[in-house]
Amino acid sequence: MAREGVLIHAPYERMTEEQVEQIHHASMQILSDPGMISFNSEAAEIFHASGADVTSITSADNPCWSIRIPEKLALYAIDSAPKVVKLGARNKDNSLILNGEEPRVFFVSGSEANIWLDIDFQSYIKKSNHNVEIQVPEFHPRRGTVLDLCQAAHLCEHLESLDALIRPVNIQDKDVTEDNKDVNKFFASLNNTTKHVMIGLTNLEQLDNVVNMARLIVGGEEELKENPIISFITCLVKSPLQFVDDTTQALIEISRRGLPVAIAISPQGGTTAPIKEDGIVTQLNAEVLAGITLSQLVNKGTPVLYGSVPVRVRLDDLGDSYGAPESSQYNVDCVQMARFYKLPCYSTAGVCDAKIPGIQSSIERLFSDIVVTLSGPQYLHCAYGLLGGNATFCPLQAVLDDVHFQMIKFFLAPPQINQSEIDVSLKQLEEVMRTPQKLYIRYIRRMLRNGQLSLPYPFEAGGETDNVLALAYERMNEFISQPVEHIDSATTSKIFQEIPGILPRLNVYEEGREQ
Amino acid sequence: MEDIIALLKENVIQGRKTKDDEGVDGDSIGMPGVIELTQLALESNIPPEVIIEEGLTTGMQVVGDKFAAKEYFVPDMLASAEAVSGAQDILKPYLEDSDAMSKGKFAIATVKGDIHDIGKNIVATLLKGAGYEVDDLGINIPPEKIVEYVREYKPDFLGLSALLTTTMLAMGETIEALKENGIRDSVKVLIGGAAVSEEFAQQIGADAYCVDGFHAIKVLEEFQKVKA
Repeated sequence: MAREGVLIHAPYERMTEEQVEQIHHASMQILSDPGMISFNSEAAEIFHASGADVTSITSADNPCWSIRIPEKLALYAIDSAPKVVKLGARNKDNSLILNGEEPRVFFVSGSEANIWLDIDFQSYIKKSNHNVEIQVPEFHPRRGTVLDLCQAAHLCEHLESLDALIRPVNIQDKDVTEDNKDVNKFFASLNNTTKHVMIGLTNLEQLDNVVNMARLIVGGEEELKENPIISFITCLVKSPLQFVDDTTQALIEISRRGLPVAIAISPQGGTTAPIKEDGIVTQLNAEVLAGITLSQLVNKGTPVLYGSVPVRVRLDDLGDSYGAPESSQYNVDCVQMARFYKLPCYSTAGVCDAKIPGIQSSIERLFSDIVVTLSGPQYLHCAYGLLGGNATFCPLQAVLDDVHFQMIKFFLAPPQINQSEIDVSLKQLEEVMRTPQKLYIRYIRRMLRNGQLSLPYPFEAGGETDNVLALAYERMNEFISQPVEHIDSATTSKIFQEIPGILPRLNVYEEGREQ
Repeated sequence: MEDIIALLKENVIQGRKTKDDEGVDGDSIGMPGVIELTQLALESNIPPEVIIEEGLTTGMQVVGDKFAAKEYFVPDMLASAEAVSGAQDILKPYLEDSDAMSKGKFAIATVKGDIHDIGKNIVATLLKGAGYEVDDLGINIPPEKIVEYVREYKPDFLGLSALLTTTMLAMGETIEALKENGIRDSVKVLIGGAAVSEEFAQQIGADAYCVDGFHAIKVLEEFQKVKA
């Protein structure tokens, strides 16, 4: 069994087949000339050994190489990359099957925000009528901690629409160092959700510790290949067209181990990529294909996701404008390019500019949530709980997002129209026309009980009041009070014995733990 | 006897009027519904008062609780009310001289100039299910016809419905006509509809404004308490 996601029966596409071909050919042209600049020596060697035209363009203190990738090499990589990628999970029913030829969307959190936003409610009394008292939310930003990550993963476990976890908060405890950060963020996530966990590495030296932890959880190396409960995300390209040294090395090492990896490219239209739709999509397509080519040259068959995170520049401060319609246009086009190559696509939606949960945050995120979902990416990072771009994670916002995605999923269910259903409707009509009141209300019930009707918005207050945030807060606390299935005691013991650096307070079986 | 009453109550909760209804759980088609069980109860010599009190009324109380808890929705309430209403039609001949049948007579109409009746019909069904004897006068009913009806049939309550801001004025005209004919105080007038409000009810001299059928039941219960 695996999670169902939502199948988009008629994906929204902006480009014609001819336009897709034009983007493809232009990308191939970019790869061969000017090609990529690599600040990673091993990548240059791998490309060189595979027939790419590699030349050193090293300056005095900055070694780098020009890599011109011939079209046939890129086409070889596209051909050898798996068209179906399985992302496993501690609970196998939470596995995801990403099929590049099937626009089935899975919704995923993200994306390592530095700030955690606490919320509480304060009472205020109306000046002109002291009998009137209202509850007003207050938000308190602070640096995220490893226990916050535990709680975020715990919450995400209970969000019905959320299919997999990218850790939404960065851990910045005093005792978290560059050396122990990876093992702690992976353990905090894996121990608090049975869904798939995808994370970016902080320190490549910790890769094997992380992989060993996953092997201990599933029972061994082969078991991890069969059920890859973890995957990685690498941002190996600095746009335009530059392989970064450390993240490129990370892709090489992850590929060697054959674990799933999202090759996420994030150019900003207007600064690091052209602002024109054709320009940014062509450049991003070339960049992601360069990354995929490297992964396949390292280890043919490495499961990769075509990762696209394009965004338009803001004109006031040159920051990211995820809420701009152009950003959604770019994303939708990239999904179409991934589908052209039959590769599973990692895409982005839902990032907003608003800094606190509310009307602005809902409007901004829903626009891209709906549009990009309709385009049919297989793995959609949709910013559950994120605010202020990617700066802040608020668990309350994640609860709101969950409800919105349930509504989107409901909307996208295929129409149940066939002759048998039409016959039922005609019979209802005949029956209703025989009654004095001529109402169809009695026929609602079957649809309701069968789950064929959407339920009312769960955070609707009575009367003419808006109490959405307070009601969502109640729901959030309900989720947090519900248990999650932790890694069992024996495996936890093994992990703490064999994997160095995990903070003792994360051991839920230790007395006096802080969780 | 207890089995039949328990089944009756359960079928009211399920909103199964007849054996052809599937109810909430959806697995009872073919099993007797409220209509068949009411007939069976009478054939088994169960007193009609017991059928009403222990079967129909207690069942509707559970339905009301489920609705308040948002477990049930309006279609569920209506289905149960329709089932109870059907049972009451069967029991009526046995209870001509008894108070058990009705909490009072409620006449309801859509006022002159207005043909919208969905809300009126829902309110009528709910009130009948709640134990009121409901007379539905229909749509586009002019004041003089309502006066004629009140004078002849002496209802305890009169419900007036209108959807439009133009036709809601006929509610005031109807109340004025009742006054002019000296029968205003003989009946409590309740108004409802999308265009009307509490303020409008006070303005035209109605006894109550009801947001919907459920509110109407509560308003009527308050009237009953005052009366008691």
